[in-house]
Amino acid sequence: MMMRRTSPRLTVGLIILAAFIILGGVLPFFSPEDPRSWIKHPRNLPPSAEHLLGTTNLGQDTFWLLSYATQNSLFIGLIVAFFATLIGVFAGLASGFLGGVPDRVITLLADVFIVVPSLPILILMSSLLQGRASLLLISIILILFNWPWPARQMRSIALSMRERQFVNTARFSGSSTLQILAEEIVPHIFSWSMANFVNTVLVAIATESGLAVIGLSSLEEATLGTTIYWALQHQALLGRRWWWIGSPVVAIILLFIALFLISTGISSLSAERRGHGDA
Amino acid sequence: MQFAKFVVTRLIAYVLVIWIGITVVFFVPRFMPSDPVESMLGRIMTRGAYMDAEQVEAMRATLTQAFGLEGTLADQYFGFLHRIFVTREFGPSLSLFPTPVNELIGRALPWTLGLLLSSTIIAWIVGNAIGLLAGYKSRWVSSRALEIIAIFVYPIPYYITALILIILFIHLNPIFPLFFSIRGDPPSLEFISSVIYNSVLPAASIVIVGFGWWVLSMKALSSSISEEDFVYFAKLKGAGEGRIMTAYVLRNAILPQVTVLALQIGVIFNGALITEILFGYPGLGTMTYNAVLQADYNLLMGTITISIIAVATSTLVIDLLYPFFDPRIRQR
Repeated sequence: MMMRRTSPRLTVGLIILAAFIILGGVLPFFSPEDPRSWIKHPRNLPPSAEHLLGTTNLGQDTFWLLSYATQNSLFIGLIVAFFATLIGVFAGLASGFLGGVPDRVITLLADVFIVVPSLPILILMSSLLQGRASLLLISIILILFNWPWPARQMRSIALSMRERQFVNTARFSGSSTLQILAEEIVPHIFSWSMANFVNTVLVAIATESGLAVIGLSSLEEATLGTTIYWALQHQALLGRRWWWIGSPVVAIILLFIALFLISTGISSLSAERRGHGDA
Repeated sequence: MQFAKFVVTRLIAYVLVIWIGITVVFFVPRFMPSDPVESMLGRIMTRGAYMDAEQVEAMRATLTQAFGLEGTLADQYFGFLHRIFVTREFGPSLSLFPTPVNELIGRALPWTLGLLLSSTIIAWIVGNAIGLLAGYKSRWVSSRALEIIAIFVYPIPYYITALILIILFIHLNPIFPLFFSIRGDPPSLEFISSVIYNSVLPAASIVIVGFGWWVLSMKALSSSISEEDFVYFAKLKGAGEGRIMTAYVLRNAILPQVTVLALQIGVIFNGALITEILFGYPGLGTMTYNAVLQADYNLLMGTITISIIAVATSTLVIDLLYPFFDPRIRQR
C-alpha cells in the first residue's frame, strides 16, 4: 500500500492505539503478579509511584488490572474482527458474483442478523452459563452478528465490479474467475476491508464491555467492561473512588476514539487515492 | 405496482427476521454445555428457598415445561412457535408468581418505547439539521469545530456516556435522582413532570451518542451534494439559500439517512438496554436484567422475544415510511 499523503486523523489514531498495544500487548508480561487476585495490596490507595493508578477495593493494583483487561478486550476485538471480516468478505463476494439462489440466501441471512438485536441473545446465553461464559464463546456469537456488514458492502462492490471495464478486459484475455478475484478485485476492496476491520474491533469490544458492565460477561476473566462492573458492584461511585472506576472508563473512551479515527482515516485516504476528495 | 411490491417484500422480510430471531433464541439453550433446567434449579435453591424432594421434582417439571424441553426436538420447536405466534402466552413469572409475564411486559414496554422513540427522534432530527448546516456551510469555523466534537463523541458507547452523566449529574452535582422514582398517577401533571425529570439523563446518554453519528454522516452527505451541478444550477437560477439547502440538498441527503436509521435500530436498542439497567429505568432492559438475576426463565424468554419483535417492527415501520421521502418508489 502506497501512502503518498498522510492524514492527521490516522496519525493521531495510530499513536493512541500504539500506546494501548503496549499497555495490553506488552506490559502484561512484565506484571509482577496476577492482577486479578485479591488482597495483594492495601485497599483503596490513591495513585502513587508504587501504584500508578492506585488500588481497588479488592486490593488489586488498578494499573496492572487495566493492562491485563486491555489485553483481553483487544484479544476479543481482534478475533471477532478477523473472522467477521473474513466470513463477510467471502460471503458478500460469493453473493455478488454467483447471483441466483446463493445470493438470495446470503442477502436474507445478512439482513436478518443486522436487524435482530445481538444483546438480548447474548444475555440469554450468559444467563444460562452464569458468568462462566468463556471469552471465546462470546466472540463466536459476536462474529455471528458482525459478518453481515462487510458482506453487504462486498456484495455491492462485487455487483458493480462485474460490469467494470478492467474486469472484462481480464476476462477476455483469458483469466479465470479465481485469477480475476485475486489480481484485480482484492486490491480494490482491501482498503474498505481494513477500515471495516478496525471498526469491527471497536464494535466487538464495545458489545463485550456492555455485556460485562452489567455483569453478564465472563466473571472469571478481566476485561475493560468487567473492571467497570466490579467497580460499580463495590460502590466505587458512592465511595468516590474515581481512579478505580475512572481508569477503565477513560481507557475505553481513548481506545474507541483512536479506533474510530483510524477507521475513518483509512476510508478518507483511500477515497483521496481514487480521486474523490475527502469522504 | 412498484409500491405494492415494495410493501410485500418488506412484510416477507419482517416475518423472516422474527422467525429466524426466535429460532436462534430457541436453539441457544439447547446448545449450551450445561443443562438449563439443572442450572436454573441450582440458582433458585442458592437464593435461599428451601424445597423438599417433592417440591424440587415439581419445580423441575415446571422448568422443563417452561424451557419447552418435553418431547422430540421437532415437537419442542413447533410447540415453542405455537406459544409465541398463536397463544402469545409466556406463562406466569417465576419470581413474581403468579403474575403473568405478558402483564409485566405490558407494563415495561411503554417505558422502553417512550425512551427509545423520543431520544432517537430528537437525535435524528437535531443531528441531521445541524449536519446539513455544517455540510452546506462547510467552510465555517463552527462547522469544523462541530465535526471535531462529533468525532470525539460518536465512538463512545451509550453505557460509558451514561456512566459519565451519572458521575457528573448524580454524584458530583446531585441535580438528578440516584434512584428512579415516579410520583403521582398517570394523567396528573405531577406524574408527567416526575417522568420527565427521571428520564432526562437516560435519554441524554442516547441522544448524545446518536447525535454525533447523524451530524457526521449528514455533514459528509450534504457537503458532497452541495458540489453537484444541479445545486450550482439552482444558485445561478437565483434560488434562495434556504430553498437550496432544503429543497435541493436535504431532499437528496435524507434518503440514505432514513435507510441507515432502519439498519441502526437494533444497535440503538442494544445500547438502550444497558442504559436502562444503569439508571434503573423501568423498561424492558431492567426487566430482562432482573429476570436474569432472579432466574425467572419465563420472564426472560418473554422480554427477549418481545425485544426481537419490537426491533423488527420498528425497522419495518421506518422501511414503510421510506416512500414518503422517496417519490420514485411512491409514484411508479
